[in-house]
Parts: sequence; structure tokens; C-alpha cells
Amino acid sequence: MRKLLALLLPFAAVFATAQEITVAAAADMSAALPQLVEAYTKITGQTVKLSFGASGNLTNQIRNGAPFDVFFSADEEYPQQLIAEGLASKDTLHRYAVGRLVLWVPADSPLDLSKLGMQALLDPSVKKISIANPATAPYGRAAAAALRHFEIYDRVSSRLVLGENVSQAAQFVESGNAQAALIALSHALAPAMKGKGRYWTVPLDAYPTLNQAAVVLSKSKQQDAARRFLDFLRSPEATSLLTTYGFSLPAEKHSNGERVK
Amino acid sequence: MNWEAFWLTVRLAAIVSTLLIAIGIPIAYWLTYSRWRWKFLVEAAVALPIVLPPTVLGFYVLVALGSRSPLGRWWESLTGHTLAFTFEGLVIGSLLYSLPFAVQPFAASFGAVDRQLLRASASLGHSPLQTFRRVVLPLSKAGLVTGFALSFAHTLGEFGVVLMVGGNIPGVTRTTSIDIYDQVQTANYSSANQTALLLLIISFLVLSIVYGANRRPWAVGPWR
Repeated sequence: MRKLLALLLPFAAVFATAQEITVAAAADMSAALPQLVEAYTKITGQTVKLSFGASGNLTNQIRNGAPFDVFFSADEEYPQQLIAEGLASKDTLHRYAVGRLVLWVPADSPLDLSKLGMQALLDPSVKKISIANPATAPYGRAAAAALRHFEIYDRVSSRLVLGENVSQAAQFVESGNAQAALIALSHALAPAMKGKGRYWTVPLDAYPTLNQAAVVLSKSKQQDAARRFLDFLRSPEATSLLTTYGFSLPAEKHSNGERVK
Repeated sequence: MNWEAFWLTVRLAAIVSTLLIAIGIPIAYWLTYSRWRWKFLVEAAVALPIVLPPTVLGFYVLVALGSRSPLGRWWESLTGHTLAFTFEGLVIGSLLYSLPFAVQPFAASFGAVDRQLLRASASLGHSPLQTFRRVVLPLSKAGLVTGFALSFAHTLGEFGVVLMVGGNIPGVTRTTSIDIYDQVQTANYSSANQTALLLLIISFLVLSIVYGANRRPWAVGPWR
């Protein structure tokens, strides 16, 4: 047995240097991040594994020792919690974009969103409204806040269905099982949904800002590779890709002077 | 501890396992006595939910119930709402999900009834249906209890299908297993612990009933 291990040891070292990094990412990145990774792998050769979920679910998995190197959250609160618990490195925190919430209806919906805006949800043809679960998903909390902002929450709450994350909320409406949804703009612009419906962008003052924040996790054995990947997010190539998916770039003052390069 | 979710789940399991007695007995009867050469295909189809990932079942149920499918549209024209994200939708999904857990014990117990008794009953002038009701069913009590209890317990623990077609609506589709998942994901471990312990105890009790109903002194039974 010992001989066998001795034989394998050199190989282990080789694998360690060329190892891929694993990224846990909020569901609103499910269309944009694979493209970012593809571009990154083409440039650097570094392979990246992706795992998507609600930011709250991922945070909980990280707390329980999930072997992720980088965490992309749909709000800043979860990474801050992980930093406070010593599970993520503060100096790597990067607010890379701002997420937008949209009201989305299928193409065959009779509702005129540009005229009605959020009030469209009061229409009797809207039997089910899908949102992400506010307990674990920042977009769910944003949706609930926006409904309260427009003072229709109490009138529509009995028609809300909760997706396990914002991607499932999008799938509920895309499959025709819900008649409207409050989801991420990045879903509305993703190839899977583009052209299948119309959307109305919820004004930014209707919900707390969805600061998209990425952070390197303390337990990662590949700190350097993880940091390099986060640096890539600042490149023009990455930022332009993010904007095509509807993410707006954070104002300079948000970046906190923590730029590495 | 979320009692609303708990009682919702118990109600779902009770309705599903009761309906499965009505649906499962004819299917099990056919599976036991049919001599059709392709019967094994039906047996395989009935057993499918045992091995099928719940997400596969959930996906098909969601598509089938949605307003884009004929079934979904028919139900919508009938009731004014779609089946997905409703309690009725969960009942339909669970019926499929737990079908083999009712049918297989039923069929096994029907098949275990001595054929000589069936011939004796027929020679006394009973029709096959009368024989089934008066001879086979009373001799299959243990199998019926087992099928009922197993489908009840299986529905109680259903997660994947509910996650995909339920929509997590409190009091309507938020079942206990979904509630536990939510509690764990929000790091609310003490609440998750209580609910999980309760489900563990209930599952153990149900299985005790199953094995109790099938223990030898009863299976050999007073009719010998």
C-alpha cells in the first residue's frame, strides 16, 4: 500500500498545480457565469467548476464545509456574514455588479406591462406569481420589498409561489405554470427566455440594492488561483459580458479602494 | 416546529394512501391473475417510481400539469386554475410517486393466496369477483395494511416531486420535508431537528406496523 502511495505521489503534485477551482454562485449568474468561465479558461487554461443555488443556501453549505473556492452572492450580506465568521477573506470582497429585478410575463400574456407596471399583478388573469424564496434568495427579498413598495403585497400574497432559487422562479413562469414572475433581469436576457416573454424593469428605489459580491473562501486550498479569477471580473471583457446580461456596474465609490490591480 | 406543514403533510399522505387502495387493488388484481404475455411491461411501468429520480417524475408532472399541456388546459377550463402549485397537484404527483408502494404489497399478498381455495370457491358457485371479495381480500389483510402504510410513509417523506411542482406555498404545498429543507438552509437547526425527529419517529412507527402486520403468527393466521 505504501509503495502504491509513493508511486502516486508525484502525480498528486502534478494534479495539485493544474487543479480546477470550484465556484459557488447565485442563481442569477446561471447564464452569464458559464460564459465568463469559458472566456477565462480560453485565456488562462484554468478550469472552473460551477455550482448554482440561492445565495442563502450556498452560504449555509459553505458554513457546513462545502469545498468551494469562490462564492458569488446576489447580495453583499451573505459574504459579509461569512467574513464575520472567518470563513471568507475580507480583502478579496469584490462588488462586481448590481443585479436588477424585473417583472416578467410570457409572450402570450394580455398584460400591458409598460402601461401597468407592477399593478399588472392585480389583473385577475394572473393566478400565480412566482418569486424566489425570500428566506434564502436575495431576489426573493427584493421581490417582496418591491411588492410592498407598490403597496400590493397583501393583495397578491395568496398568489405567490416560491421558487427554491430565482432560477426556479423563472422556470415556473417560463413553463407556463405561473402567469407572472419577479425574477432577475439576467434571466430575462438569457437565451433560454429571451423572446419568450416581455419584462418591465422594477425601479431601483423599490427594493434594497442587489449588490452582487464575490469573495474568496478562507478554506480554499487555491487562494492564488481563486484571486486571479476574481481579478478577471474587473477586465473589460468580463464587465462587458456582465452588462449584456443586464448587470449594471457598481459605481466607483462602491469598490472601496480595494482594487488589487 | 411548523405544525401547519406537518398537518398538511399528514393530510396529503392520508388522502394519497386511501386513494391508492382504490386504485391499487384493481391494478394488483390484474397483475396477479392476468396471463397476458406482455404483463411484465406493465409490472415494470408500475415499479418505475421506485427507481426513477423524483426530479424526473417532478419534471414530467410539472409539464403535464402546466397550462401548455392538454391535461393542464382541460383542468383549467374545468376549475379555472392550473394544477401546478396546488394541493390537488401534489396529490396527483404523490399518487404516481407512491403507486408501487401500494400495488406491489397488494399483488404479493393476492398471489400468496392458495389457488385451491379459489377453485373451491368457484366450485361452490361464486363468481371470480365474489371469490376475490370473500376469499382473496380477507386473506390479504396483511398485504393491504402493508401497502397502505408504505404508501403513507413514502408520501410523508416525498421531497423532490414537491420541490418541483409545489411552489412552497405555506398551508397549501409547503410540506414537512420542504419545511425541513428551508429550516436547514436558513441555519435554523433546532427547528429542523424537532421536525426531523418527529418524522423519524413516525416513519419508525409506520414500519413497525408493517412488520407487525406481517409477522408469522398473523400471516399463518386463524384460518388454518
